[in-house]
Amino acid sequence: MSELTVRRTQAAVMIGRCVRLSRRNVDALLTSLLLPVILMLFFVYLFGGAIDTGSAYVTYVVPGVLLLCAGFGAAGTAVSVTTDLTNGMIERLRTMDVGATSIVAGHVLASVARNLVSTALVLAVAVAIGFRPAVAPLRWLAAVGVLLLFVLAVSWLSAAFGLLARTPEAASGYTFLVMFLPYPSSAFVPVETLPSWLRGFAEHQPVTSVIESLRGLLLDTPVGSAPARAAAWCLGLLALAVVLSAVLFRRRIA
Amino acid sequence: MVNGPPAVELVDLRKSFGDLVVLDGLTMRVATGGVHALLGQNGAGKTTTVRILATLTRPDSGSARVAGHDVVRERRRVRRTISLAGQHAALDDGQTGAENLTMLARLSGLSGPAARDRAGTLLERFDLTDAAGRRVVTYSGGMRRRLDLAASLVGTPSVIFLDEPTTGLDLRSRQGLWEVIGELAGAGVTVLLTTQYLEEADQLADRITVLHHGGLAAEGTAAELKSRFGAQRLELAWRDAAGFAEAERRLGDRLTHRDPARLALSVATDGSGPQVRSLLDEVDPDRHGVVRFNVREATLDDVFLTLTGQPVTPEREVANV
Repeated sequence: MSELTVRRTQAAVMIGRCVRLSRRNVDALLTSLLLPVILMLFFVYLFGGAIDTGSAYVTYVVPGVLLLCAGFGAAGTAVSVTTDLTNGMIERLRTMDVGATSIVAGHVLASVARNLVSTALVLAVAVAIGFRPAVAPLRWLAAVGVLLLFVLAVSWLSAAFGLLARTPEAASGYTFLVMFLPYPSSAFVPVETLPSWLRGFAEHQPVTSVIESLRGLLLDTPVGSAPARAAAWCLGLLALAVVLSAVLFRRRIA
Repeated sequence: MVNGPPAVELVDLRKSFGDLVVLDGLTMRVATGGVHALLGQNGAGKTTTVRILATLTRPDSGSARVAGHDVVRERRRVRRTISLAGQHAALDDGQTGAENLTMLARLSGLSGPAARDRAGTLLERFDLTDAAGRRVVTYSGGMRRRLDLAASLVGTPSVIFLDEPTTGLDLRSRQGLWEVIGELAGAGVTVLLTTQYLEEADQLADRITVLHHGGLAAEGTAAELKSRFGAQRLELAWRDAAGFAEAERRLGDRLTHRDPARLALSVATDGSGPQVRSLLDEVDPDRHGVVRFNVREATLDDVFLTLTGQPVTPEREVANV
């Protein structure tokens, strides 16, 4: 078998493993599925009345919730990577000559699969409570692409953090960091309503370009350069995460 | 298997973590086949040695070879030769026993059907067929260790490293595991295991290396070690502290153990009448200092005590408190 075939088989086995483990981790699965839905209901029904975005708030907030849910789900990757490190699984895999990339990619791609499911669920509930996206299949596809890229970048960054953390508890702290990043952005309120010192950050942080892309693409409104900026941010972060996790992996395991 | 490189060969191996010197010029060799025990206290360097051999830690200097392959320069060849079962069973709690083994077999290069076959064979061999379809989270400690050992065999390695394979197990599970380890060696695999249990080394190992402070303290079969450090022990209990101190002075380096609290000394002997008599005459010329004496077989404990000045087995430490 060629080197490439071996690596590909190993990656496939690792992905299958991580998907199976996430499917069976019922607590984590329920949290990552239900939390975004509950958050969306909170925003729409509790805060929505007080926030004026110039349109139905549910229409405004759904892209933000999609992203929040993706970020939260993806950050879970950190916990699963740290768990593998602390229970000796990664050491076993290394002594079996399983590639570092296969190990990390298994966690990352399982996270992407997990997030596809939770995104679909959030979207279904959103439609049920009045979210009406435009019917524009190509733009939908582009929106899915942007979201996938975002999930991929955050998952891989989380994996890098998972390689840094010493305990699964520390790794789960990272989930919160990622969960709060969408708040100072245009996800839940228009950026213009933020205090000026925060506006600069909110306008330029990566989450905003992803939100603007999703919103424009799903509602069929002009998006300008947002998708290009979002793609650049995500690809940049992804590249950083891949390099970072390779370095950290080598540092933790010879 | 007389020809060919030894299973393990370490030359002047050194490793420090910060200021802590863990391996201080360790040189040792493990012949192909059989069970070899690395015996030592916590911190003696056992785990670090195994991690270096398993390509998980790089040595600072010196060389380490497994089946002739250098663990740093030929890492990948070493990995194809070895397997490691660490101190904690590295298994997925959320997968069943069969799923764990099948996954690892796939990773080691077997096709899907071949991997399932291999998993089935190993589960049967390790007496886990009934539990094959249960998630590992429901397994007992002994079952987890057995599955962990089975997992280390999926890739048909020729050298297996077991790092304290029975730590934390009850006596029955431990004995069960000993049987399995013995069978591995019977199948032609070289087993290098680390242990703090003298009894384990004595029962299982064809040869024993005693590590102390990151270096080799002694090496040989259990019988050789016992005879080299005296096959028998003469234990002497004294009437008073003055006699005890006087005898201690007379014996000097020959003392193998002293226990001032109980006024007890021990010294190596061959157990013969003339030698025991002359020893008694020498340490107690007035013939009323020694209140009791006892000649017994030396144990590995005695060997360890002689070599390191400290008892090794944690259970004994507890018992002594």
